Amino acid sequence: MRHILSLLLENESGALSRVAGLFSARGYNIESLTVAPTEDATLSRMTIVTTGSDDVIEQITKQVNKLVDVVKIVDLNEGKHVERELMLVKVRAVGKDREELKRTADIFRARVIDLTEKTYVIELTGTGDKLDAFLDAIDRSLILETVRTGACGLGRGEWIVKA
Amino acid sequence: MRGTEPRLSRAVKWYPDVQSSCTVVHGEKMKLSDAPSPIGTDAPQQLLTGAEIVCRALKKEGVDFVFGYPGGAVLVIYDEIHKQNSFKHILVRHEQAALHAADAYARATGRPGVALVTSGPGVTNAVTGIATAYMDSIPMVIITGQVPTHAIGQDAFQECDTVGITRPCVKHNFLVKDVGELAETIKKAFFIATTGRPGPVVVDIPKDVSMAKAPFHYPGTIEMRSYRPTNKGHTGQIKKAMQMLLAAERPMIYVGGGAILGDAAPEVTELVRLLGYPCTNTLMGLGAYPASDRQFVGMLGMHGTVEANMAMQNCDVLIAIGARFDDRVIGNPAHFNAGNPTRKIIHIDIDPSSISKRVKVDVPIVGNIKDVLIELLGLLKTAEQKPNPITDWWKQIEEWRAKDCLKFKYSESVIKPQYVVQKLWEVTKGDAFVTSDVGQHQMWAAQYYGFDKPRRWINSGGLGTMGVGLPYAMGCKFAFPDADVACITGEGSIQMNIQELSTCKQYDLPVKVILLNNRYLGMVRQWQDFFHGNRHAESYMDALPDFVKLAEAYGHVGMRIEKPSDVEGALKEAFALKKRLVFMDFITDQKENVFPMVPGGKGISEMILAEDL
Repeated sequence: MRHILSLLLENESGALSRVAGLFSARGYNIESLTVAPTEDATLSRMTIVTTGSDDVIEQITKQVNKLVDVVKIVDLNEGKHVERELMLVKVRAVGKDREELKRTADIFRARVIDLTEKTYVIELTGTGDKLDAFLDAIDRSLILETVRTGACGLGRGEWIVKA
Repeated sequence: MRGTEPRLSRAVKWYPDVQSSCTVVHGEKMKLSDAPSPIGTDAPQQLLTGAEIVCRALKKEGVDFVFGYPGGAVLVIYDEIHKQNSFKHILVRHEQAALHAADAYARATGRPGVALVTSGPGVTNAVTGIATAYMDSIPMVIITGQVPTHAIGQDAFQECDTVGITRPCVKHNFLVKDVGELAETIKKAFFIATTGRPGPVVVDIPKDVSMAKAPFHYPGTIEMRSYRPTNKGHTGQIKKAMQMLLAAERPMIYVGGGAILGDAAPEVTELVRLLGYPCTNTLMGLGAYPASDRQFVGMLGMHGTVEANMAMQNCDVLIAIGARFDDRVIGNPAHFNAGNPTRKIIHIDIDPSSISKRVKVDVPIVGNIKDVLIELLGLLKTAEQKPNPITDWWKQIEEWRAKDCLKFKYSESVIKPQYVVQKLWEVTKGDAFVTSDVGQHQMWAAQYYGFDKPRRWINSGGLGTMGVGLPYAMGCKFAFPDADVACITGEGSIQMNIQELSTCKQYDLPVKVILLNNRYLGMVRQWQDFFHGNRHAESYMDALPDFVKLAEAYGHVGMRIEKPSDVEGALKEAFALKKRLVFMDFITDQKENVFPMVPGGKGISEMILAEDL
């Protein structure tokens, strides 16, 4: 099953490789991993999307928690949460496709953030499913390149992850 | 992250308090005069070089031995070591041995082992020693030299990415880029290495940091928001465990190395005696419960006794104490579970990730074993219910025990390796520090030298590192100069660190090397006989040196023993030579195998016994 793990870790050089190294050393999956400093510059927040049985997820959580740089880890799937991912798509936008791509982008509430005579760069935020759906909705042959950030998420309401 | 500068100490607050003295790790009080100057005073602060800070910090930690090998990146530190006398530096002949010796010092004393090596090859040579300590959770602090900060990443001479190379085999590691953070980093290293589940911690110090100056502030205690090991067990869980133990009809107590690391052998012994239940120790747990006691059913696992393995497989309540259900212990976990799906398991461990890792546990208790057992013992003593007498279960165990699975045929003509170990036990009255290398001799040592005390059996259980035996013996001898120290080894293993005979000469270490020489890589040969159609691919040791002459060349006493009738006399003679290292080359039976044996991937009740063949 897919799980979103949210970590607070010391913002130190090497902290990322400790986490990434643990996953590869113990053969755990990483579907996506995203990390950046938080409002407290000494801390980074990392979101890892992984898959595994409940036993595997429990082991991952325990092993990650054991890393000295990790201050906290929560499995967002244990409660209600929101999740978002950002995608940028560069598409070939000429002729009748140009109009159609814009229309589809509007339907998905995506925005065109760069345009040339022949291309658009479209920005789209949402769950992974929504991003997939957008790619399915447009003509695949028009896609020049895509980049996705991987998911990040927060617990809903009063569920707060603090150091 | 994202190219920001490393932050080593933001999380740690150090508020010096000169009014009250501070407690350091070993519980001794820092003297008032040692305390750092209070912030805000105008007194000029003495500036120390990084190298001086290293020496002062080690002194504060009460370190008495540093095992190491000098080189370019640590020359400044060595220069300071030369000027001080609070600890002794032991010069080995290869960095790997420095790590092993420091590791054994920690295993034998319970205090952290300290090693010092240079950058590049110094570090890569040390990696085997670090990984060995990591796998067995041994508290160590390893100081490594690094090329100057400006040269890092330039492929400088003797540069390697120490933090990167050691990351997967340390509990934690640090690269110190600012001399101002050096003292606190060393404090953190000792704190992390010795608390929670212990382990090795590497502190990598670039040469310019050793030369730069800073005031010396050594924190008495340290707090880290990202590292707070759980020590106290959950009382509710401990109660549950007690009820489960009292209700048991076929109980089993399974004790691992964690009980020794946690200094909980007395509590383990009290618990086993109070309950009257059978007890087994793992390879790493030998000595946690006295081997000479009737309630001890022997070591369990791949080469465990019939009674231990059968009781482990067939019990209805199993309490695991500082053990991790390793593959060499329970064999195939699917077989272990399927053979007995109703068995209830209680697991006490300081490391939550050891619990339910290979075997699902019913009552997990995370905490310091000693504290948890003290609480459990308190509950048991005041409980109205008494443990079941379990007469039928003991009867069953005695039937298994009656198989006498460790018996071997004594021979008049050829020396049986088991016999040497038995005689060693007699000659040393079962009270020596016994180190071993890895292979058949290691298993025979574990099976036939009955350890009654913790920290007497020093071997590489997790990583299974050949070559540890001699440096391990050195570490024990430095820690306990008056004790008998025997290194049981094989002709394969001993040659992996034989250069240390030179170190033993330099420091006059009268260890006794018990070489069980069967001219084979015995355990490899045994597996080849069992599972590879008797094809001995590269397992014969050809062109062996004359070990007697070799020992003599290093300045020691060499003996070759070829007749069983000479074994006892030779051992007595060797141990009577109190001041000499004696290298005893026992020419043993080439064909002897270790039994019982659980083939890899099988369940622990699927043993092959000597009598089956």
